[in-house]
Amino acid sequence: MSVHITKVDVAKVAKLARLDMSEADLDRYTEQLAKMLDHFEDIDALDLSGVEPMSQPFPLVNVMRPDVEQPTLDRDEVLAMAPAAEQHRFRVPSILGIDL
Amino acid sequence: MSEQIVPGWELVVGLEVHVELATRTKLFSGSPNRFGDDANVHIDPVTLGLPGALPVLNEHAVELAMRVGLALNCRIEPCTFHRKNYFYPDMPKAYQISQYDQPLNLDGFLDLPDGTRIGVERAHLEEDTGKSTHVGGDGRIHGSEGSLIDFNRAGVPLVEIVSRPDIRTVDQAKDYVNELRAILVAIDASDAKMEEGSMRVDANVSVRRPGEPLGTRCEIKNVNSVRSLGRAIEYEARRQVDLLEAGDRIRQETRHWNESDGRTHTLRVKEDADDYRYFLEPDLVPLVPDREWIERVRSAMPVLPAARRASLGAFLGVPAGSAAVWTVVDRGQDEYVLASVDAGGVGERVLVYVQQAFAEAGPNPAVPADGLARLTVMERNGELTATQAKDVLATMLETGSADPETIARSKGYEAMDTSAIAVAVDEAIAGDPAAWGKYCAGEEKAAGALVGRVMKATKGQADGKVVTALLQERRAANG
Amino acid sequence: MTPRTAVDTAAGVRSGSLRAADVLEEHLARVAAREAEIHAFNLVTQDAARARAADIDRRVAAGEDPGPLAGVTIALKDNLCTRGVPTTCSSRILEGWKPPYDASVVERLAAAGAVFVGKTNLDEFAMGSSTENSAFGPTRNPLDTSRVPGGSSGGSAAAVAADFATVAIGSDTGGSIRQPAALCGVVGVKPTYGAVSRYGLIAFASSLDQIGPFTHTVEDAALLMEVISGHDARDSTSIPQPAMQLRQELGKGVEGLRIGRITDLPAGADPGIMACLDAAFAALEAQGASVVDVQVPAFTYGLTAYYLVAPAEASSNLARYDGVRFGMRVEAPDTNAMYSATRAAGFGDEVKRRIMIGTYALSAGYFDAYYGKALKIRRLIANDFAAAYAKADVLLTPTSPTVAFEFGSKGDNPLAMYLCDTYTIPTNLVGHPAMSVPFGTAELGLPAGVQIMAPTLGEPVMFRVAAALEEAAK
Repeated sequence: MSVHITKVDVAKVAKLARLDMSEADLDRYTEQLAKMLDHFEDIDALDLSGVEPMSQPFPLVNVMRPDVEQPTLDRDEVLAMAPAAEQHRFRVPSILGIDL
Repeated sequence: MSEQIVPGWELVVGLEVHVELATRTKLFSGSPNRFGDDANVHIDPVTLGLPGALPVLNEHAVELAMRVGLALNCRIEPCTFHRKNYFYPDMPKAYQISQYDQPLNLDGFLDLPDGTRIGVERAHLEEDTGKSTHVGGDGRIHGSEGSLIDFNRAGVPLVEIVSRPDIRTVDQAKDYVNELRAILVAIDASDAKMEEGSMRVDANVSVRRPGEPLGTRCEIKNVNSVRSLGRAIEYEARRQVDLLEAGDRIRQETRHWNESDGRTHTLRVKEDADDYRYFLEPDLVPLVPDREWIERVRSAMPVLPAARRASLGAFLGVPAGSAAVWTVVDRGQDEYVLASVDAGGVGERVLVYVQQAFAEAGPNPAVPADGLARLTVMERNGELTATQAKDVLATMLETGSADPETIARSKGYEAMDTSAIAVAVDEAIAGDPAAWGKYCAGEEKAAGALVGRVMKATKGQADGKVVTALLQERRAANG
Repeated sequence: MTPRTAVDTAAGVRSGSLRAADVLEEHLARVAAREAEIHAFNLVTQDAARARAADIDRRVAAGEDPGPLAGVTIALKDNLCTRGVPTTCSSRILEGWKPPYDASVVERLAAAGAVFVGKTNLDEFAMGSSTENSAFGPTRNPLDTSRVPGGSSGGSAAAVAADFATVAIGSDTGGSIRQPAALCGVVGVKPTYGAVSRYGLIAFASSLDQIGPFTHTVEDAALLMEVISGHDARDSTSIPQPAMQLRQELGKGVEGLRIGRITDLPAGADPGIMACLDAAFAALEAQGASVVDVQVPAFTYGLTAYYLVAPAEASSNLARYDGVRFGMRVEAPDTNAMYSATRAAGFGDEVKRRIMIGTYALSAGYFDAYYGKALKIRRLIANDFAAAYAKADVLLTPTSPTVAFEFGSKGDNPLAMYLCDTYTIPTNLVGHPAMSVPFGTAELGLPAGVQIMAPTLGEPVMFRVAAALEEAAK
């Protein structure tokens, strides 16, 4: 798998990740990410057929908690840390234009 | 409506229903799951997605989700949680913890009252988002200057129930939602109120010529009642048919139902497939409900509404799908009706009275079942007219009395014997020969004036049926 | 001079023979003398520390026992949430943010009587191996200030090396405790994944992160582990076991233990480093252990797997830094623009790089090729380790391929920096415990660290071997 990540790819990824990029940034990151992906080609040598993926280092199941109320946070303490708050709510600029 | 919306075209609908579970606390944290309190009070590090916060699964939410699965005839499977990654201000972590390719409940079905079986593809657990209100403009997203976010609802447990596209008529869609709601309430999983948002319905609508493959579908959102659902599906189907008949293609998109103008509008186009980058949630571990747990949940399940309606209908000899049976079961008053009939009550009358007068009475009405039974017997025996019986019942409901006889007596509702009524009838005939003449000539309406005279003379105590019978007798005797 | 170890400090304070206030003042004096040069801390919390020390002394005088860490000065990596105290992850995007809650580990340390000196510097969001990626300036290695202390927990390692605090707490995702410990000549432990609660640790890579101690001695590390380990109901990945009891293992010696030498270990370690490793094997043999050769063929693929898995999880964990509820915000006319401007301004280069490679690895069409494959490599590595542990009780490798390197020496090449983690990464991928113990000096007379790895929940045998090495190094 010799994939060259292109500037178009990087621009798409930057958009998905909500990171503004200048043209120069895009060029620089494209070069760096391409180098990294080239290095990662070493895993292509491995035969991974029949290998189960490992997501969990320690195999636990059924970890749950009872449906019991726990103390909540102090709203004032939380809103004091908000960049913008109004009427006890977090204020954000217009949501229009968000593509989901 | 059960006919085709547009002749020659088949409607295909699948419904995605999100249901808020009736737990005390949120899905992944111990903040209260409560509606209507002051903004941003049910918050904790997990709810707000603060750095360092970690989710822990609510056991009761799992129990309720399993009940939903069993009630919808699903398989309950070992399952996992995934992150669905996207940015939106009411999504505190910028990802939603949901279930992806290994959901809790799979491959079930829901039978509609008309017997149609609608497939249920899956019913999985996921967390709810916060709520935004828009400032500036007219409170809607378009033209707003900004939004205010309340995270009280963020993290509330949801079950998402996805039907297969088996629905073919608007009535079926409405029946599906009503039946689903009745089930959810019966198993105490949710109060499932569309108007309050504890049940949200999105409709996937497409049309096709019969026999052809499935058409392109559009997802309809913002439907806030069963009635709106019907109107929205109907509008959307016509819209799609119009486009197709004009030679246009349907664009796959999400559309927003607007209640005031009665149309769906483009919300966003699904051309750029949303890349949610699903991956297994590393902060949670798999959920593997064991056989014992599933059996415990199954054996604790109540009898579902459809089965209760069938029982009640069969017992009373009335159609299970009738409005009266539906209403009575929906209110949980079927046991009460059965008890009243057991105590000697007249089945049909008990049913009707409970349907009409017991709206606020709850599953355990204050009027003892045998009291209602006796009332219906009194009515059948002619001791009370229908009007009188209704009035006595009203008093019984107010006071919780089991004694219709005493109440009737206190109101002066003595049963008039037939001979006394006959006297009154003859006097009425004598008093209004013109009406009598018309009635004898075949004008049924003329009886009204005569009956009115009898009622006036007997101060309403004569049984209307008896009066009418006597008038008919006299007329027949007249030749 | 107050004691140099936590064990002795706590014993002295609890017995009343030592005042917590005196211990603290001595450390603060050292901070005052050298912190400007070293920059181990983002924030020194001397007022709160003084109040706390005074409180501990008061309680001892009243006949109470403040706990097993009574009066012990501790430095906390600045990615651990401390209520009301700024927690920045050395990032502009969290500059000034005060968490409204404490991490579980912080609560446990406080309950044990610890005195927190301050929040230490790190590579931004724990991404790095030199602490050069901090948005607030690097930390200097106290042993040679022209060189890095390692990373990402460079500040914590330096704080202990410079005796600013008796012990420190860091986090380790790919080596971020062990590597700086090696470079600064102190002991550093990464516990079994799940042994220490992650609640309140600001996440980098959720399936890899663990919290652990920096100490001067193995015994201190054992004591710290006893305080911070054990089940926490607020972390679903927390192993349902009580706190580990490790000090009892220390005197057991290594007679009869099998020490594994990985013969197919990736090359690249400096000769001086390898010489220290050889000496470690010899020292253990001299104490009655046997050295066995093992192979871990997939070891070498750990780096690639790590640099796909960790950034993928990080790209998701760092999405919450969006300017909505806390932290930095760059205003914009709509929310989308606000997100993109805020994150561009708030995150440094390395963080952006990892977010992007992680996003790419998870994205539609590439998932199987990258993230999916990386998870399988993880499994391969686990299988190889399992086979190795059938033949050996612990495995020994160098911790870092080199001694502390000079600032800027890795240049603009991210890959060069990533190679620092070659030996430490595999244990994070499989969730095994590992620790670095100073053993000798290598190039330029700078300290070398030997890494001891053990199977899951193998801390007891790991600490036994560590104690033996420490003894031999004296």
